[in-house]
Amino acid sequence: MGTLIVGASVAGVRTAQALRMMGYADAITLLGEEPHLPYDKPPLSKEMLDEDGAPVPLLTEVELAGLGLDLRLGTRAAGLDTARRQVRTEAGEVLDYGDLVIATGVKPRVLPNSRQLEGVHTLRTHDDAVAVRGAMGLTRHLVVIGGGFIGSEVAAAARRRGLTVEIVEPQQIPMAHLFGPEVAVELAQLHELNDVVVHAGVGVADLLGSDHVTAVRLTDGRALDTDLVVVGIGAVPATDWLEGSGLPVEDGVLCDEGLRVVGAEHVFAAGDVARWPCSFADSPVRIEHWTNANEHGALVAASILGEEAPRAQPPYVWSDQYGHRIQIVGTPRAGRPAVVAGSVADGTLVALFADDEHRTVGAVVLDDARTFMRARRAVGARTPVGQVDLGLAAATDSVTGRAASQTQTTRRNH
Amino acid sequence: MGVSRTMERRFACATEELAPGTSMTVPGDPDIALFRNEAGDFFATEDNCTHEDWSLGTDSDLDDEEVTCPLHMARFDIRTGKPLCFPATIALKTFEVEVDGDGRVFVLG
Repeated sequence: MGTLIVGASVAGVRTAQALRMMGYADAITLLGEEPHLPYDKPPLSKEMLDEDGAPVPLLTEVELAGLGLDLRLGTRAAGLDTARRQVRTEAGEVLDYGDLVIATGVKPRVLPNSRQLEGVHTLRTHDDAVAVRGAMGLTRHLVVIGGGFIGSEVAAAARRRGLTVEIVEPQQIPMAHLFGPEVAVELAQLHELNDVVVHAGVGVADLLGSDHVTAVRLTDGRALDTDLVVVGIGAVPATDWLEGSGLPVEDGVLCDEGLRVVGAEHVFAAGDVARWPCSFADSPVRIEHWTNANEHGALVAASILGEEAPRAQPPYVWSDQYGHRIQIVGTPRAGRPAVVAGSVADGTLVALFADDEHRTVGAVVLDDARTFMRARRAVGARTPVGQVDLGLAAATDSVTGRAASQTQTTRRNH
Repeated sequence: MGVSRTMERRFACATEELAPGTSMTVPGDPDIALFRNEAGDFFATEDNCTHEDWSLGTDSDLDDEEVTCPLHMARFDIRTGKPLCFPATIALKTFEVEVDGDGRVFVLG
């Protein structure tokens, strides 16, 4: 009966690829909600917002054809019956499966109590990106709600196109919940240096306008005039179709270390939607990183085939903003900054995060791929932070310290 | 119609110039990454990551015989060029390495 994969984005497609690479010869059916051929997600908030931006295919049509999939685009799953091993589609079709992979990802969170107004966008899909890209060509000012990765990248893309940009961020410092204030304040300088105003420590009270948005009213009473708003305030797992299925859904589908859904037979989950005991976290986590979706594809395929799981890699994510690249490995928020060297003004920044036992649990690096890879090794090995050799010439005073200067020459690859 | 190229013997470095566990780029057409594993053996592959443009010889993480690209964490076996994980699905081309009697290292590409 083969494998049915619900979700044709990174995790779903990588699962199909991995199954075939491992010699799986049975039928694979891949359901995609959107009408588009599988495309890559990271470019949506980056180069795809440029005037001439185009979607980046996840694989070539030749590669796709080589997988021999029953690819069903524009097909949304609406229900699951694990006893009968059947998925029901929104169109009423019933699909049998031998093994099922849930890879439906996440959907963007929307502002609570906000009315549907034109000019207000979220960014998650191809069509979202096309809409934002088009809207950027019709206006001169953008308000971004949320100073996270998506919001920051959209702000950078808008600046590239000559728009003026304001960001509204409820925290006192954007990203402080992930990196702590010291590192977050550094990274926030990227906005400042690029003339993006960050309204921090303030929320959104309402969106003004009758059909089309005209302003964003803040909780402190101010109103920011604009006819374009992008909301980037996180995402929630796309699990509504699993309601009544009996699967354990608790902010994601709960899985074991092999991505087998807990308490279910022949049901697996992969990517953003899966909550599982990652070996780099103390309790089950849901990770919305692109690399995680890639790794899950290989892991879930190994589980389906009863093969040995691929070696776990430390969680990794990157963000491209204003021509800079921020690379993050591990879980910085599980620790505190123990080593901070360089600064945005210096051109490179390195921060190592250590837990209470002084083990390296995360790192944030700006524009220094080589140092980043050393930090990644330390995170992978949980190296005591005092023993990490970042290869920086200037000694850093661990625990409290910030290097006086970073004299090592870092070679730029690009 | 492609013009056939004759194999070129390119000087890379003296043996002692490339420490075990490190790599370098040998410029040319194409650029070649020269790696040295922990045992001191040399291996050469095409320099550019097959997933997205990045020089693996210049900036990567070499863990004995496994190289990781710092852009998206694609990993390859430097002995065979084979991709070891997503996002890489295409192997790196490999090249022969020659060490002459004077300890000079050449790549043949």
